[in-house]
Amino acid sequence: MTEISLHIMDLVQNSIRAKASFIDIEVSESLQKNKLYIQITDNGIGMSADVLKKASDPFFTSRTTRKVGLGISLYKQLVEQCNGTVTLTSHEGEGTKLSSAMDLNNIDRQPMGDISGVLVLLIAANTGIQFRYSHTTEKGQYVLDTKEIKNTLGDTPVNDPGVMKFIKEMIHENLQEINIQS
Amino acid sequence: MTKVKSLADLKKMQEDLQAKLKVRERGTDPEGYVRIKVAMATCGIASGAKGVMEFLIDELDKRNIDTLITQTGCMGYCYAEPTIEVTLPNKEPVVFGYVDIRKADEIIEKYIKNGEFVEGIIPVNYESIDNN
Repeated sequence: MTEISLHIMDLVQNSIRAKASFIDIEVSESLQKNKLYIQITDNGIGMSADVLKKASDPFFTSRTTRKVGLGISLYKQLVEQCNGTVTLTSHEGEGTKLSSAMDLNNIDRQPMGDISGVLVLLIAANTGIQFRYSHTTEKGQYVLDTKEIKNTLGDTPVNDPGVMKFIKEMIHENLQEINIQS
Repeated sequence: MTKVKSLADLKKMQEDLQAKLKVRERGTDPEGYVRIKVAMATCGIASGAKGVMEFLIDELDKRNIDTLITQTGCMGYCYAEPTIEVTLPNKEPVVFGYVDIRKADEIIEKYIKNGEFVEGIIPVNYESIDNN
């Protein structure tokens, strides 16, 4: 994994597998505090205390197709390399929250990468899930909520290639507007 | 300063698009579409599945092939990622491995358009991706 946006895409797959109907991705960057905060919250099936303890173990997975589960452990490794921490909280039947904070100017911090491309693929491939993405910088905040997009689109499918291209550009331009540094 | 796109612009675009979609008039039966599942677990994403999925969406649209593209989890073929499962109408699903953009292009041209098999097929030994 070479970009933070790809880690986000991967971590969101956990929420999708947990049958979440709402996934909230919050990114916040503070030049003053030199921190990049990323939080992913879902309303999926959650994990028991026992499973939660093992979730960041690379040799644990709930899948049956393979014996390793690297998603959270790879992300945790990246965050810890950047002088940060990952906190995972979960309650069965309520959902899961992954919170992380890492140094913004750390040489090991990967670039955010194509976050608009990642978001649009997640939205288009999971039309039954409501996604909320917020990105806060010192210049402002951009919030994208797929509920609003669906209300705007009516019957037009969100996974139409023309619509996807538009949404990707819309996210990209709005993030440029708030001058994202990550 | 150029104007930043907003939901109001999306609404305007949607109205234009409605007309275009009516012309294409997609069938409502998903069995009638070409269906593609892109494996998007850690192994797939780390191997470039995002780029392959973007390529498939763009190119199938440009080549006017109605396709339902979704993502799925790991099929257990981590060594062969990115992997995609292609289901042609009324055919059994076929899983292709090592799908980079060049291979994706070949799959569209040969398998999706003409039903010709191409190299890189992974023999089916799973029940269903969704159950894993």
